[in-house]
Amino acid sequence: MWDYTEKVKDHFLNPRNVGEIENPDGAGEVGSLACGDALRLTFKLDENKRMKDVKFKTFGCASAIASSSALTEIIKGMTLEEAEKVTNRDIADYLGGLPEEKMHCSVMGREALEVAIANYRGQKVVKEDFEVVCNCFGVTDREIIKAIRENGLKAVEQVTYYTKAGGGCGQCHPKIEALIERVRKEMEKEAPPVKPERKKLTNIQKIKLIEETLGREIIPALKADGGDLDLIDIEGNKVFVALRGKCSFCPSSEFTLKQYVETKLREFVSDEIEVEEVRP
Amino acid sequence: MKTVYVDNNATTKVAPEVLEAMLPYFSELYGNPSSMHFFGGQVEKKVNEAREKVADFLGAESSEIVFTSCGTESDNAAIFGTLDAYPEKRHFITSRVEHPAINNLCAYLSRKGYRVTELSVNREGQLDPDELKESITDETTLVTVMYANNETGVIFPIEEIGEIVKARGIPFHSDAVQAGGKIPLNMKKSKVDMLSISGHKLHAPKGIGVLYIRKGTKFSPFLIGGHQEKGRRGGTENVPYIIGLGEACELAKKHLDEENTRVRALRDYLEKKVLEKIPNTLVNGDRVHRLPNTSSVSFEYVEGESILLLLSDLGICASSGSACTSGSLEPSHVLRAMGIPFTAAHGSIRFSLSIYNTKEEMDYIIEHLPPIIQRLRDISPFWKDYLKAQGKK
Repeated sequence: MWDYTEKVKDHFLNPRNVGEIENPDGAGEVGSLACGDALRLTFKLDENKRMKDVKFKTFGCASAIASSSALTEIIKGMTLEEAEKVTNRDIADYLGGLPEEKMHCSVMGREALEVAIANYRGQKVVKEDFEVVCNCFGVTDREIIKAIRENGLKAVEQVTYYTKAGGGCGQCHPKIEALIERVRKEMEKEAPPVKPERKKLTNIQKIKLIEETLGREIIPALKADGGDLDLIDIEGNKVFVALRGKCSFCPSSEFTLKQYVETKLREFVSDEIEVEEVRP
Repeated sequence: MKTVYVDNNATTKVAPEVLEAMLPYFSELYGNPSSMHFFGGQVEKKVNEAREKVADFLGAESSEIVFTSCGTESDNAAIFGTLDAYPEKRHFITSRVEHPAINNLCAYLSRKGYRVTELSVNREGQLDPDELKESITDETTLVTVMYANNETGVIFPIEEIGEIVKARGIPFHSDAVQAGGKIPLNMKKSKVDMLSISGHKLHAPKGIGVLYIRKGTKFSPFLIGGHQEKGRRGGTENVPYIIGLGEACELAKKHLDEENTRVRALRDYLEKKVLEKIPNTLVNGDRVHRLPNTSSVSFEYVEGESILLLLSDLGICASSGSACTSGSLEPSHVLRAMGIPFTAAHGSIRFSLSIYNTKEEMDYIIEHLPPIIQRLRDISPFWKDYLKAQGKK
């Protein structure tokens, strides 16, 4: 059974703004019966060009209905420009999160909004201009790229969770993989990762965070190559580790340490971290 | 909130008699049946009695019964055990609507270089025996076709298939996990060489299964280890569960009539009322050759997971062949193989009953299901379109 949040359950059991507006200012429909979910969104603007009335009709699972309901609540009262900036993340966050496999429901919401706004402006979101990557679900490169960008996706599986692309026969997986690589490279070029403001950590918090980072980010990567690592001690910003398995007699272990463990710890814990290897 | 459990093709309640029979074998009679002392010997005797009960239930000899850990293991053992016994042959035949225990195993073997023929089914979910005839070659090492389908309850013409397969001298396996306890099985009169059964589908606990292997069938063990099960499956016997399964089989034999009269009548009543009260509803699969407890119905223009969750909110437990319930994106391979249109495939619900269900429970479902479907149709964009199109006609 899916682990839905209370908010998802609430919006599924008591969906807000169900219906269709007669003579709407903008209308958008995405999805299809074949795909297993579809959303029809209609809106009317007030004299200040704000979303006065928004309604939806959805065919789909609980999270599709909840995402649609959430979308209408989010955009009510917004200007078109504001509404345009709403991402699928905003929808998922509004609901307190969705299971990752269900993120495509939030993407469907965002896409319907996009189509509806274009419809209001007399434009059309034309699928034909883009390459259909996934034939099973008719997903274009544009949709996939957008999902990768907005959600920082890293794996084909994730792209499937967010867009459905690749969820059928699987033949398009290499294409999706290539798109991920391309988009991630572009993103790195455009914006070198900015360092987030960090809270000052107490010693206990720091130790905990170092342990967590080792367990989550570093050790699994080493293990994948047949190595392992033990945390020996922490003194201030100095982290003493011992390499095990293949790592311990690997000539590039010095490199592994400096380049990998330290970079990761600096990324997740503090810029001042220094890693030292304890040899047996 | 009361619980109305109509998901018995997923799993069943352990019968109180079964649980009671099992309990002494955990911390009182815990001996190893293989031991030479009296303490193990008395357990061995009880395991043999349970084996007799299972054999009696299947119309088999007790030496033909191999205990396994589950239906999936039985299926794996049958297929690997046969392929291994005929290493020179590289082709086998199955159907497109098998349970994942067979389906995914076939996909795996296909990647490993075996040629796999998947027999198609028609809109009713039935096989064409002629297609099977044409698919058999001199290279064919095994035919494995399920006895009855878990999603639709459709029963395959196993004996007719068996005639064709045995006429060519090929081993024949059938996954009877859903058939066991619901329809009579008699291996003495059957053409089946190997048959898989799962305990938890017939009121024994999860974690015990059976592979029936007809005397004289070439088979090499899948789980290699000790001498247990006459060398056909290593591993110390799961004594309490074997005892439980023996009891469950005895009960299942006793309840078979009730299953085919009272339970069938309940199922038919539920199905009839649901079809009567809810428009645009259809039954999936052959309604004549069908398990007495199963009903797969599709509600057009709504999606299965939403139906299930609204039912669940009222304490009603069923299941669905929709995409969203499984985490996959496509509706069940069974409904797709049958060519059920998408308008209906996504909105399929399976009710599967047991002898523990009552008429009051059916009435509870019949009362609450129509408003649920109506509510979801009111939200669905396609329902209004459909009504509009109907109005224009």
